[in-house]
Amino acid sequence: MTEKELPSYLDQSPEVKDRFDRLKQRPVTMEVKGLNKQFGEVTALKDINLKIHKREFVCVIGPSGCGKSTLIRILAGLEQASSGQVLLNGEPVTEPGPERGMVFQGYTLFPWLTVKKNIMFGLLESGYDKGTAESEAREWINLIGLTKFENSYPHQLSGGMKQRVAIARALANRPKVLLMDEPFGALDAQTRAKMQAYLLEIWKNIDITVFFITHDLDEAVYLADRILVLKANPGEVQEIVEVPVPQPRSPDQFMNPEFLATKQHIEELIHPPSEQEEDDDHLNLVRMVHVNDDVGSVF
Amino acid sequence: MQLIAVNRKLDRGPRRAVTLASFALPVLIWALVSYVPFLWHPQVEITQSGSVSYFSEGLLVDREVFDREYDKALENETALPEGKPANPVYLPAPHEVATAFVTAFTTEPKRRSESWLHESLWSSIQVIFWGFVLSSIIGIPLGILAGTYDFFSRLFEPFIEFFRYLPAPAFGALAVAVLGIYQAPKIAIIFIGTFFQQVLVVANTTRKLDPSLLEAAQTLGAKNKSMLFRVVVPGILPDLYRDVRILLGWAWTYLIVAELIGTSSGITWFITQQARYKNFDNVFAAIIMIGILGLTIDLILAWLGRRLFPWQKETK
Repeated sequence: MTEKELPSYLDQSPEVKDRFDRLKQRPVTMEVKGLNKQFGEVTALKDINLKIHKREFVCVIGPSGCGKSTLIRILAGLEQASSGQVLLNGEPVTEPGPERGMVFQGYTLFPWLTVKKNIMFGLLESGYDKGTAESEAREWINLIGLTKFENSYPHQLSGGMKQRVAIARALANRPKVLLMDEPFGALDAQTRAKMQAYLLEIWKNIDITVFFITHDLDEAVYLADRILVLKANPGEVQEIVEVPVPQPRSPDQFMNPEFLATKQHIEELIHPPSEQEEDDDHLNLVRMVHVNDDVGSVF
Repeated sequence: MQLIAVNRKLDRGPRRAVTLASFALPVLIWALVSYVPFLWHPQVEITQSGSVSYFSEGLLVDREVFDREYDKALENETALPEGKPANPVYLPAPHEVATAFVTAFTTEPKRRSESWLHESLWSSIQVIFWGFVLSSIIGIPLGILAGTYDFFSRLFEPFIEFFRYLPAPAFGALAVAVLGIYQAPKIAIIFIGTFFQQVLVVANTTRKLDPSLLEAAQTLGAKNKSMLFRVVVPGILPDLYRDVRILLGWAWTYLIVAELIGTSSGITWFITQQARYKNFDNVFAAIIMIGILGLTIDLILAWLGRRLFPWQKETK
């Protein structure tokens, strides 16, 4: 049995190379330049550089405490970088805004508004009149398959339904980029699988760039064009992995050699074999957290 | 079935029974003390004065006094006094208080200038209402501002923290000097007693709003003003409503003090007046009426709250 049985991930086939060359020629939607974030003495993020291209799907993965949530919050404008810049279509990001839609793990639907009014919220903020906002919201409700629930309150919905509303609410503003902070982390395995397929379907059909944080390896490889692998203490970019699995994605690719090879490669980045020998309490802790994370994974 | 268990709700039936018992138990104790002759009853009500000169029918005397006179009469072989065990005048029996509930309303005031019970009650309700409404009109917006913006929190809260330790009744004399002797100073005391607590409680409730809802709203394009009116206010409304209910209860506790200021009025006037005439059945009836009135208003508000905020999770 030779090492070539699984195609080496690092050897990109001509088609894959071509795909990523074309991707990188697309206009840059969002750019992160020399970004640093300090919390007192602690360096949460160190010199992050990244270009996210139009209609690209970027996933971020890394051990707990690598600053991935801080990163997405800075992109959203909810937190300020200590130094460096975030550019959206060349314009610096300074505060939260509707052109960067955000989906949180905790749904964050407004409990006092019905499904329809939750989706209308951003539209009314950006000055739509009520009638137009309502018909736009209805279209989104039909698209996410919640027609029967348009007048339901969030507490009457399941977790998956709530997250669909949250996605529609963010997308209704027609953002340039959709920021998703572990959006399916609180869902059970089956619902999560459905939501992943559902998100890919949306991504295929509308012009949207996605920046997606996850701690689930399968999820990252399944969804992403490229995966930003962060390491902790300080949080810095370890590698930007170009996922060779062909697009469009489908669940039957989970056993593809490219899929498995990519997973294995990232696994080794996050838990390097050399460090696994070390008796480092912190690393053990990180690993334990990861084992726990993986229990919740779909496959 | 186990009735007393950690982290378990009672079933419907037992829950009702226990709720009923919560009222029935105190009444039962009261009834036992009132109707069972050998329980307490520290006094004797004279039925026959016998040879004791200062005894008269219906007089209440301490049991030792009665026993001493009885023994004396026995020794001197004069006519024996007779009497039955009785409780002090300040503890009327339940049936007397129950009767007083009706008669208190139907008894004409002793003097023309005095008011009927229903007039007294109405006067009390007005004092509470205006004191609380005025406090809320100013206090709730200030509380929301302080809870939302750090600027207003720093501006209002330190002084209010200081002021709320000053007992409201201490302002009685001042209120009379400024506002006269009638209803206005009473309303002012209710206001002072409620307002400062209200600002702080509402500010805290506002601060407890889930910050991720604010962040979500920001990423949807909401700015300062619509953050306040489309997110903060509707977001805290159910909790705010609950706060108001609790604070209204506090306002009631200031009522008695407030009504003693200037010319005594309202239910407090009725109570002190009846106590002076030793009509303790009426005093008890009036005190219980305040309780019933407060509880009824609270139950109505609770019921209304469930209809006003349909988005709240059903809590059993």
